[in-house]
Formats: sequence, structure tokens, C-alpha cells
Amino acid sequence: MALFPDPFNTLLGLQEALDAFKTSGWLQSSVSGSGSYPPLNVFRRGDDFVLIAEVPGIDKSDLDVQVKGRTIRLSGAKTIKYPEKASLHRRERLTGRFDRSLTLPVEIDPEGVKAECRDGILALSLPRADRDKPRSIKIG
Amino acid sequence: MSGAQELAVREKQELANKQEKTVPGRYFVPAADIFETETALTVLVEMPGVERSAINIAVEEDVLRIEGQIDFTKYQGMEPVYTEYNVGHYARGFTLSSQIDRDGISANLADGVLTLTLPKAKEAMPRRIGIN
Repeated sequence: MALFPDPFNTLLGLQEALDAFKTSGWLQSSVSGSGSYPPLNVFRRGDDFVLIAEVPGIDKSDLDVQVKGRTIRLSGAKTIKYPEKASLHRRERLTGRFDRSLTLPVEIDPEGVKAECRDGILALSLPRADRDKPRSIKIG
Repeated sequence: MSGAQELAVREKQELANKQEKTVPGRYFVPAADIFETETALTVLVEMPGVERSAINIAVEEDVLRIEGQIDFTKYQGMEPVYTEYNVGHYARGFTLSSQIDRDGISANLADGVLTLTLPKAKEAMPRRIGIN
């Protein structure tokens, strides 16, 4: 049974679902640097997990993703080049280096991790390791 | 600027004082940079997750309006387990001065950043005055 009656039918449904998990203790203390860049969300999709981070303005080549055991490390740098002789009127976009890692409470298959970066969104698909998948036990 | 500084998270700001939307859901104000050169004003707007086809740019009564819709159907079948940010459509408006050539405005989208180039009208370009 789904937790919400078709929660993603509307944008509001999705937003409420995301809000509800802001207090989730799923990663507990295992998120190093919660509140660091980049902000990320983790979803469950079937047996597997998906990590999504917003990284607008960062070129793929400036992003580094490493997986070691259950730990995922995202590092890189965001730079913005303004043309010479330009006068800045407004500057809200932030730049700098970042390096954060998080440890998932489940085993993932490091070989099966796929990363995709499009339109400023980094999506990592994290397949759950076979040995960690729940198994039905037949009662003999 | 030194590139060594640590990149901080910019909390998403919810759009306030918006015109009433008829669709339920929250809108956010995208972060923007604006800079000016001799020939143009450039506006850079961060709208991660918005595809090219989902961006609407319009000039109405001297206001340049930008709206970007995210495709939230991509989240179908996904159940959040840990979240740090919310997702939503983006909307922001900028008042244009009379020095902008409205017909010359062009836009480009790369890595979730929308770049709007607003060329200055001929009259507004700086002129060098030679001394006889």
C-alpha cells in the first residue's frame, strides 16, 4: 500500500511528501555535513535508491562522484565567470568548492551505480546489493 | 574571488507576493545574477530541473517575466526517504528600463542556468566624445 494516495498526482502532493521527510531519521547521523552543498534528496524506487542533487551551473567535468562501500562522496567546484569590464548589479548565485559524503543505511552495488547530470540536476541511481535485498522465507 | 572558499547552500526562497496561481503547488524564486557590459545587460537565472521547453519568457508592461516548470512526473514511483530541499516551479520578474532593446532579448539554457541577454538600445550605449 502506498503511503500517500497517489502523492505525485499534483505538485503540491510531491511538495508535501518532500516536506514530510525533512525530519526523517533515515540517514540519522550518517549524513556528514547535512546542510552542506549540494542539497540532496534520497528516494526509494522499488528495491533501489535514487539520490538527486541540485547543481545548477556546474559542468559535468567539475563534478566528482565516488562510491566506496555504502559511502557516496560528491565533490567539485562551482565557478562563475563574469566578463571583464562587467559591472555587477546583483549577485545571488554562490560559488566555491564542495565536498560532502553520505553513508547509506543499506548495502548498494557499487558497480551498478549510474550517474546522470542534466539541466542542473545530478541523479545517482543506487541499486541495492543483491545480498541486502529482502527475501521471502517460506515457512516449511 | 578566490575559488577556494567553501560553497554554501542557498536556501530556496518561496515566491511571495505572487499573482494567484490556479494550480496548487509552491513556486520558488530562482537565484539570479545580473551584470552589465557596455552593450548589454545579462541576467543569469538558476532553475535546476527545468527543461528548455518548460521555460516561458515574456515581456509585459516593462516587466520581463520568467517562469520555469519542473516535470514532477519524473518523481512518480519514488518514495522520499531523506530530503533536504523541496522542488517546485520557478517564477521571477525583472523590471526593464527604457534602455533595453526589447526585440533583441535572447535566451540560452545550459546546466540548469538560463542566460538572458538584454541588449541596450542604441541611444543607451556609451559614446566616446572626441575632443577637437
